Amino acid sequence: MSGINGSMAHLSDGLFTTAIAVYAGAMVGFTAEYAFGRVGRKLAVAPAPARELVGAGGPSVVEDALPADPPDLPADPAVARASRAERIGWWSVVLCVAGALIHTSSIAVRALAVDAVPWSNMYEFASVAGLVGVLAFLAVLWRLPALRYLGGFVLLPVILMMFLAGTVLYSKAQPLVPALQSYWLAIHVTLVSIAEGALMTSAVLTVLYLVKARHDRKPFGSERLANLAVKLPAAESLDKAAYRVVAFSFPLYTVAIICGAIWAEAAWGRYWGWDPKETWAFIVWVVYACYLHARATAGWKGRAAAWINLTGFGAITFNFLIVNIVVSGLHSYAGLS
Amino acid sequence: MRYLRIAWRRLTAMRTALVLLFLLAVAAVPGSLLPQRPLNPAKTASYIAEHGAWGRFLDRIGMFDVFGAPWFAAIYLLLFVSLVGCLIPRIRVHARALARKPLPAPRNLERLPESGRFETSATPGEYAATARETLGRRWRIVQRAEPSGAVTLSAEKGYSRETGNLIFHVALLAALVLIAVGRLYTYQGQRIVLQGADNGFCNTISQYDTWSPGRFAAEGKVRPAPFCIDELTKFTASYSAEGEPRTFRADVVYRTSVSAKPRTASITVNHPLRLEGDRVYLITHGFAPRLTIRMPDGSVRHDVEPFIPTDPTTFLSEGAFSQPGKDGARQDIGISGLFAPTPVDEGNGKIGSASPQVQDPALSIFVYEGDLSGSGEPHSVYSIDTSKMTRIGTADLHIGQTKRLRDGVSVTFDGWVPWASLQISHDPAQSYLLIAAVAMVVGLLGSLGIRRRRLWVRIAPAGAAEPESPTVVTVGGLARSDSGHFPTEFAGLLERLRGRATPVEPVVSADTIGAGKD
Ligand code: HEM
Repeated sequence: MSGINGSMAHLSDGLFTTAIAVYAGAMVGFTAEYAFGRVGRKLAVAPAPARELVGAGGPSVVEDALPADPPDLPADPAVARASRAERIGWWSVVLCVAGALIHTSSIAVRALAVDAVPWSNMYEFASVAGLVGVLAFLAVLWRLPALRYLGGFVLLPVILMMFLAGTVLYSKAQPLVPALQSYWLAIHVTLVSIAEGALMTSAVLTVLYLVKARHDRKPFGSERLANLAVKLPAAESLDKAAYRVVAFSFPLYTVAIICGAIWAEAAWGRYWGWDPKETWAFIVWVVYACYLHARATAGWKGRAAAWINLTGFGAITFNFLIVNIVVSGLHSYAGLS
Repeated sequence: MRYLRIAWRRLTAMRTALVLLFLLAVAAVPGSLLPQRPLNPAKTASYIAEHGAWGRFLDRIGMFDVFGAPWFAAIYLLLFVSLVGCLIPRIRVHARALARKPLPAPRNLERLPESGRFETSATPGEYAATARETLGRRWRIVQRAEPSGAVTLSAEKGYSRETGNLIFHVALLAALVLIAVGRLYTYQGQRIVLQGADNGFCNTISQYDTWSPGRFAAEGKVRPAPFCIDELTKFTASYSAEGEPRTFRADVVYRTSVSAKPRTASITVNHPLRLEGDRVYLITHGFAPRLTIRMPDGSVRHDVEPFIPTDPTTFLSEGAFSQPGKDGARQDIGISGLFAPTPVDEGNGKIGSASPQVQDPALSIFVYEGDLSGSGEPHSVYSIDTSKMTRIGTADLHIGQTKRLRDGVSVTFDGWVPWASLQISHDPAQSYLLIAAVAMVVGLLGSLGIRRRRLWVRIAPAGAAEPESPTVVTVGGLARSDSGHFPTEFAGLLERLRGRATPVEPVVSADTIGAGKD
């Protein structure tokens, strides 16, 4: 019993590459809309106050109060251009959905090929985390279509990560070694990739917040940066949105660590052993706990907390890239050797 | 005394907790980047040797056992004390808040961050009942009457946010205690068990190959009635066509106590055998070659020894046999060897292995004669000290082959049996720790998912001077924590309250009414 279906594994790889290409198309579209779209123009004239919308259940997000279209559009070339930009934006969303579908089928086909949950090595993990990032963004769009123009900021890290996954981190479809044959693994890794995918979104929002807050304090000298900052939602809203995402991810990450410990107890005879991977999971968890505390501590709100958030994401990245590749431990599932 | 109080206040401040938490994260970093003695003593030793004075300095400050170092414990303990110090008053405050009624409505509700007003034809008493019903049971509501005749409602919800937060922190405290208790009373023992009868062991310290107890898990406290693994009846390893391992399984016969009835169980990699308080894990496995050795004095010995895999992917394994001859005769026989489950010729006469699966296995041996006692230096049981012996021959044997050597010595490779390395682990606190961890998650969900809100409704009656005028309802709201999307939430509430208000009929004159009747 080989357990691997070669042609299906091959199909999965093809779908993965296609998904990257489609995402890249969507990103170009989003960026075009961002650059030429109406949002920037209107806001640049009169910065509208940002408003928040309900995101029942999930993290609530921010919407810029976009002035409604005037009933009779004047035949102004700028407006025509803006609506063309908007059309590009909507097509980008369509592309993004198509990419997510292709991406999902790539993962599903790989699951069929290895006959197991397909996230037992870094390539598979990065692929799932990237999909979660895109889905999270699409879920946000469902409720807040006005945020569409930020799509490029979300897709850029996703595409980079998937590119890295498909090149440096790539490993062929393989059946699971005995230690990985556990449903706790499936739960553990699913939760980690969802939480980390979401925390990536939080980091993106935090970077945007820092840019916007810096511009609010002292406008950028560079016109390009200033233009970028002006088009962003209000600093306070970005900050809150970043917080809501952490508030959603932190319990998830906590559960993920607990499931990992349950699995380790069954597989290795101890629930915790300060293996490098475990140590970094602990560090990430503590840093995000710091972030939550900082937001409740006078003098640490705002920018200081934002930097802690980014430190947390830095720790996630370190855990994923450096610890898997450079530091060896029991969690040598990376499949890179 | 005063300084003590100041120090205490400092220690239990949120800012200190924040700094301590951050320190904890930073302190853990070297523990992941430098080799750690408890995890890998050999790698640690070679790292220190390689780095000379710098290595010794790092060793002195505990960098090779970060999670056992005093400074790590200090951060952990300070955080613990800080947590206790901040929780006690918070629990007291919260208990009081739970018992207290929501505050009376402020004078001017329209000054609150969120507010709105509308009119109704209902009387204040009627509308108050409607509003209470509209808000529903999720709000804690107190109704008050004001001297002006107005009725006010003070409504609050989201107390469970703080409850959840306190549950989280208390559960965290409990988890820290349970981890510490577990570490003090834990023990782990390992033992290699050959497949077949007469190789079992019982859970007493002397029967383990390695034994690492926590500080209080001394001999005699191991377990009142030790359990026994009587026999490894069968060890099975299965592989994919590519030679990737698929399953490992150890079938054992065990007794839960010395006097209990024997039972059978299968231990696999993710499924330890769980006996009350102890768990038996299948850690690794290997091969034990069987030899028939004819000694210089003509006697025939049968021996089987576990070999240790030196290559985890091909399971090329290493081990030794020692057979003492007559005392002082310098006729002991020592054999060191390599076992290759699927032998390949590595060139230069060396044997290698292509796969962990057994296919016509080979045993490559060096045979020595002389005095096994050697130099007296300690050495592993899987090797022999040949310093007082002479090599009398080498051979590569397949099953059934015999090598004849001088002095009538001969060695026959009879076959092999598998062995499994079983680990016994004990941690009396871990199931309680799981409960604490679940409580932490429940608390977190409350703490991060629930939002605290306050709402006031003032229902003012029509002024006595103008009985025609309607009842005026003003609503004000305040978000206590994580304002989130409160403005929209408030707008929705206001809409619902307005929707339940009976509309005020337009004030019209008697004529028009008559005219309208047709
Ligand atoms: C040692 C002293 C500690 C103190 C004094 C402390 C204090 C507090 C306080 C006052 C809050 C309420 C903040 C709010 O309502 O937003 C809070 C929230 C929280 N604490 Fe702690 N804490 C401590 C330790 C810890 C530790 C060690 C952790 C976990 C690693 C932790 C995790 C949290 C979390 C997740 C929240 C929720 C934050 C939120 O509501 O936004 N705390 N803590």
